[in-house]
Amino acid sequence: MTGAGPKTSDAPEADGGARAVITDSGIPVAPVYTAADVVGGPDDLAARLGRPGEPPFTRGPYASMYRGQLWTMRQFAGYGSPEQTNARFHFLLGQGQTALSVAFDLPTQLGYDSDHELARDEVGRVGVAIDTADDMTDLFAGLPLDKVSVNFTINATAPIILATYLVAAERQGVSPAELTGTLQNDILKEFLARKAYVYPPGPSIRLAADVIEYASQVLPRFNPISITGYHAREAGCDAVQELGLTMASAIAYCDELISRGLEFDRFAPRLSFHFATTLDLFEEVAKLRAARRLWYRIATERFGAVAPAAARLRFFSGNSGTTLTSQQPLNNVIRSTIQCLGAVLAGAQSIHVMGYDEAHQIPSEEAVTLSLRTQQIIALETGVTRTADPLGGSYFVEHLTDEIESRASAILAEIAECGGAVGALERGLPQRWITDAAYRAEQEVTAGLRPKVGVNVYADDDEPRPELALDEPVRGVAERQITRTRQRKSARDSLATAETLRILEQHAARQHNVMPALVEAARAGATVGEMSDAFRAVFGEFREPSPW
Amino acid sequence: MRRPRIILAKPGLDGHDRGIKVVAMGLRDAGAEVIYLGLRVSARQIAAAAAAEDADLVGISVLSGAHMAIAEDLLAALRDRRAYVPLVVGGTIPARDADALRELGVSAVFPAGSALPAVVAEVLERARSTASVP
Repeated sequence: MTGAGPKTSDAPEADGGARAVITDSGIPVAPVYTAADVVGGPDDLAARLGRPGEPPFTRGPYASMYRGQLWTMRQFAGYGSPEQTNARFHFLLGQGQTALSVAFDLPTQLGYDSDHELARDEVGRVGVAIDTADDMTDLFAGLPLDKVSVNFTINATAPIILATYLVAAERQGVSPAELTGTLQNDILKEFLARKAYVYPPGPSIRLAADVIEYASQVLPRFNPISITGYHAREAGCDAVQELGLTMASAIAYCDELISRGLEFDRFAPRLSFHFATTLDLFEEVAKLRAARRLWYRIATERFGAVAPAAARLRFFSGNSGTTLTSQQPLNNVIRSTIQCLGAVLAGAQSIHVMGYDEAHQIPSEEAVTLSLRTQQIIALETGVTRTADPLGGSYFVEHLTDEIESRASAILAEIAECGGAVGALERGLPQRWITDAAYRAEQEVTAGLRPKVGVNVYADDDEPRPELALDEPVRGVAERQITRTRQRKSARDSLATAETLRILEQHAARQHNVMPALVEAARAGATVGEMSDAFRAVFGEFREPSPW
Repeated sequence: MRRPRIILAKPGLDGHDRGIKVVAMGLRDAGAEVIYLGLRVSARQIAAAAAAEDADLVGISVLSGAHMAIAEDLLAALRDRRAYVPLVVGGTIPARDADALRELGVSAVFPAGSALPAVVAEVLERARSTASVP
């Protein structure tokens, strides 16, 4: 039925309908909330909230919040060659973006050079191709790394990419101590949902911990990990599971670091987190407030944090790509705006807003500019930044915050019974949650129980499919990249490079922190593929067991 | 008539497996036997499985944009194995490429945003037409 709305019986139910009214995570919602719904008295509530910047940080990590400093506007970008991505970076900064965020192509994420046979037709497609420290140097040409904060979405090869970045900074005359930014470096969520793993879980966690340990010594202003539930959420699970899984991962990394003799109070202040913000506005705000309180509890009760900064959760919010539709793509602008607003009301430290064309292509320049403008309009025109935690004290939001915290704690307990995040992963427990939830969501869309405007309600059957330009940005990139990497390989002192790779392999095998040897290898011109192969030789590769 | 036997796989380096798993579950609930080979499987491995399992249909999902080269390789591998089964492709496939894929010999294309019931119905129909050939 072209252009038709939902039949009355299909419409989201008004109060009093037969179906229970629930949030996206299945939490029942009452017609109205009053003071009677606040657990305990006003003093109990005050203790659960604290003031912004004070334990338990429910209301925000900083006292002045956005009055002191706006969130970082960090649009994710990267495609084609280092030069192409460099041009997009200059463009975004010119439009008022305040930091950079690099997307890497799949061969780089998985440790293959551009000329590897498995890299066929994948070079520069979903991100920029980086083979060497020279490529990294080109990527940041004209961008002073002591001034601009950079986020790297990289995990299995995170230590290697960090090494090439340190070399690129060194060539600009910038010392590690001056670098700001974030390395994603959360390998557990790769096994869980994003699937760009290479080595088995044990050595993978060890590499992640090597980075965090190294950073705690030489990168005082840099976040060496961004512990994330975003990808599990995008792959299907709900907000409560997202929070529980994120905390389970955080505990696993902290346990590993503490087992090396590191002090929690010393490394924990630089841990950062990454959550999705989807369209269930109040549930999302509540989830992010609950995340701060839950982390405070874990940090103090489980790990004995003394320094407030060690128990203060800071997070990056990514808008949800799965909420976007390829049908009626301009509707995605409105969806993204609401998600960005949710992240701001929840007190995010940095935000990425999806491009409206992102459901089907690398966002166009027009789309990324609009995403940035969305953030700027919310920051400058709406007044929502004037006071910290503007939804704090709302009967409904406080009820949801309490409810999500307790439900996420139950998830954590279930994961603990399996021996923690790694044990649960090995049993396939969270993977099953994710797959089952994704299937359920799809069935609900089909049945019209989950309205999606332009898809199952108010659909336009005659709408032409948009013409996409997937190939345009990457035409000829692979050939140029392969030629350049081969030239660079033949120009280097191959004996010296081979020696650095031999030492790298030795350090990997002997449980030494691999970072110093990686920096040496990157400096000597070793490629991302060669350094990854050194690890493959020691650790082997992981294959996922069947989900069924 | 036996249950249609369908091989699903994700060739290439892309790890977005939400779509293919949802399709696998939909096909199972509709009565098909589904063998999911997982991530990063090569064209040769998929063709070998199709031949060994006497599959009625092979389905792949690619969301990285590398679908043209991947489909080409897989069709060649299936021919080498004399596995004459329909190949269907899902993922972020522009309309122009969908036509090109069909010209190459791909039996059906399901771009992102395709409705699950329609995908399941069409895949089953194509698999059954193979299964009914003696």
